Amino acid sequence: MVDEAASDAVGRRAVLTAAAGALAFAATPFGVRSARAQERPIRIGFPTPLTGPYGAEAQNQVAAAQLAVAQFNEAGGLAGRQAELLVRDDKLNPGEAATRTLELIESEKVDFIVGGLSASVQLAVNNITRERKVLFNSISQSDVINEAKDFSRYTFHEALNPHMTAGAVGRYAFGRFGKRVVYLTADYAYGHEMVRGFQAVGDAMGVMTLADISHPIGTTDFSTLMPRIQALKPDILCLCNFGRDQQIAVKQAADFGLKRNIKIITPILVHTARVAGGPAAFEGVVGGTSYYWGLESTIPTAKSFNDAFRQRNGGRVPTDYGSMAYGGVRSVLAAVKAAGTADTERVVDALQALRYDFYKGPEYYRACDHQAVQSVFIITSKSKDMASPEDVFSVLSTEAPDELHLRSCAELGHA
Amino acid sequence: MLDGLTWDLVALQLFTGLALGAVYVLLAVGLSLIFGMLTVVNFAHGAFYLVGAYVGYEVLTLGGSFWLSLAVVPAAVGLLGLAVERVLIRPLYGRSVDDPLLLTFGLGYVITELVRIAFGKSGLPFDTPDALQGAADIGIGFFPLYRLFVMAVTAAVLLALWVALERTRFGLIIRAGARDPVIVRVLGVDVATVWLAVFGIGTAIAGLAGLMAAPLQGVAPEMGSTILAEAFVVTVVGGMGSLAGAVAAGLVVGVVVSMTSLVAPEMAKVSIFALMAVVLLVRPQGFFGRAGLMSG
Repeated sequence: MVDEAASDAVGRRAVLTAAAGALAFAATPFGVRSARAQERPIRIGFPTPLTGPYGAEAQNQVAAAQLAVAQFNEAGGLAGRQAELLVRDDKLNPGEAATRTLELIESEKVDFIVGGLSASVQLAVNNITRERKVLFNSISQSDVINEAKDFSRYTFHEALNPHMTAGAVGRYAFGRFGKRVVYLTADYAYGHEMVRGFQAVGDAMGVMTLADISHPIGTTDFSTLMPRIQALKPDILCLCNFGRDQQIAVKQAADFGLKRNIKIITPILVHTARVAGGPAAFEGVVGGTSYYWGLESTIPTAKSFNDAFRQRNGGRVPTDYGSMAYGGVRSVLAAVKAAGTADTERVVDALQALRYDFYKGPEYYRACDHQAVQSVFIITSKSKDMASPEDVFSVLSTEAPDELHLRSCAELGHA
Repeated sequence: MLDGLTWDLVALQLFTGLALGAVYVLLAVGLSLIFGMLTVVNFAHGAFYLVGAYVGYEVLTLGGSFWLSLAVVPAAVGLLGLAVERVLIRPLYGRSVDDPLLLTFGLGYVITELVRIAFGKSGLPFDTPDALQGAADIGIGFFPLYRLFVMAVTAAVLLALWVALERTRFGLIIRAGARDPVIVRVLGVDVATVWLAVFGIGTAIAGLAGLMAAPLQGVAPEMGSTILAEAFVVTVVGGMGSLAGAVAAGLVVGVVVSMTSLVAPEMAKVSIFALMAVVLLVRPQGFFGRAGLMSG
């Protein structure tokens, strides 16, 4: 404690001296010009759940976000003005996320916020940023954030949303695997939004919902749900859950022999859940994703993104959620460059006008709700011929960016 | 909601509940053994369970088999338990129940954090052993072989415990020591060693439970803390310190969860706690518990 106080005193003295010097310097005509180059960096606040069950995912996000910042700086920044990333642990908790975001805005004076890894956390962050008119680019799935009541001019959504993801997987799967569907749904906003997304496309295709079985989030044993699922004899078991819930559900469905005559699909097939679940359990599972590193064989920007990521991260590849962090930060910085300033109002205008292809093919933000219109990839888990531990999926199909796959602006309540 | 409800489905559901209960029984028996003999409310039980799963994972990665880990895991976790009892818990005997409770609570956090540092935050895969893959027809439908194996292991552990406690001199000393340690000591028995052994056995069973759970759900650092609450509910419902209570309550909780899942799956987790509330209202000491143990 004593040491800290001493270094504090030194720090204070140094700052005071420097400030006095800077004042004297700025008073001269020469000082006025060079002060511009000394401008404070562009600061991006980045709340993400470093601790907790999504910690591995969050670390990949940080690495990807830092890559975007480094590339901006290496390219000369904004006329020499550099950017920096301020990472804060939101602990996957909306209250914690709100507090950290408030700190980032009030004490750290960040220019923008990018981040969030759960629907409720991003909505909490959005409440803070909307109130204070700070640009927030969300990188986690939510339908609500696009709706008029949560939306603001300062809210952007780089991630896919459940309606887009479930829609794409449903359009792919229902025609191929059958029309009798049982949903196994995590009992929170994400799960129910996903089911609604599937049913929206399913209704038009004559798909029958045999049951929508919801389970508490964080369930570790699904065995008691299996007899009923078996008895319903569906063609498709649709897992509307995430992370470890999904990993355990897939494993236990396989143990119960469900995969013999039932196809398992899921709106988001997550890289880390598949790695943790292992190839045997996940064999043949079909799902959607916003990004898979294997896209580099067909998409040039994916290749350059992966290469840059590998180079800075000891050969590791970016995950799906990591890539969204890259896209989220990079698009904001591209808008800064286009606007020629970090002024929020002008960056918002520039971001609205942006047409970009940073890692997964062409994207843009829809005018009414700032949802990133982008492609959705349908992937399946590999169980053999894997070239490396990260070679876990093969891409079955790509759904091209199309506003028709989003809920309409009127549906969302935008005038 | 319940169209297509047949007797076969109900029977299979019941059986699934019993199989789920087997894992609860294994956990609660260790907890109850330690509390019944030592009056230690072992909040590190979930952490020992966690260590069991990771030791099993290590055995597999080092080229061993699941069968080898069936021997290695209880031995390793039991040894860890011996060390914990000797170094940390023994100095607290004779004090109020709160002291070992708080100690083990903290210890649980420390162990979990160490596992996180050593193995990372994300889960790791743990495949079902080859010989136990697939499902068997049990007359009312197909049921995973591995879950049948877990039931068999639980039954074997219970049988071994029963024989050790009821049919051996060691068991006699343990039972007497739980009743009246002073008299047993006067008779020339080294009670400290007996308690050490009991704690080791309890943690070894917790480790075995963790190993049993690993092929069901993979391994992850948070698995110990999630299961701990459920294990305590089972122990409380059965009666703190009663082995028969732990067995009965484990099976009852499994069946209640299973039957709730059939009609209102989103309530499955809550049903465990609802059951506990009802039991505590009607019979505060649990199924087979003795009153007043916690006030000692």
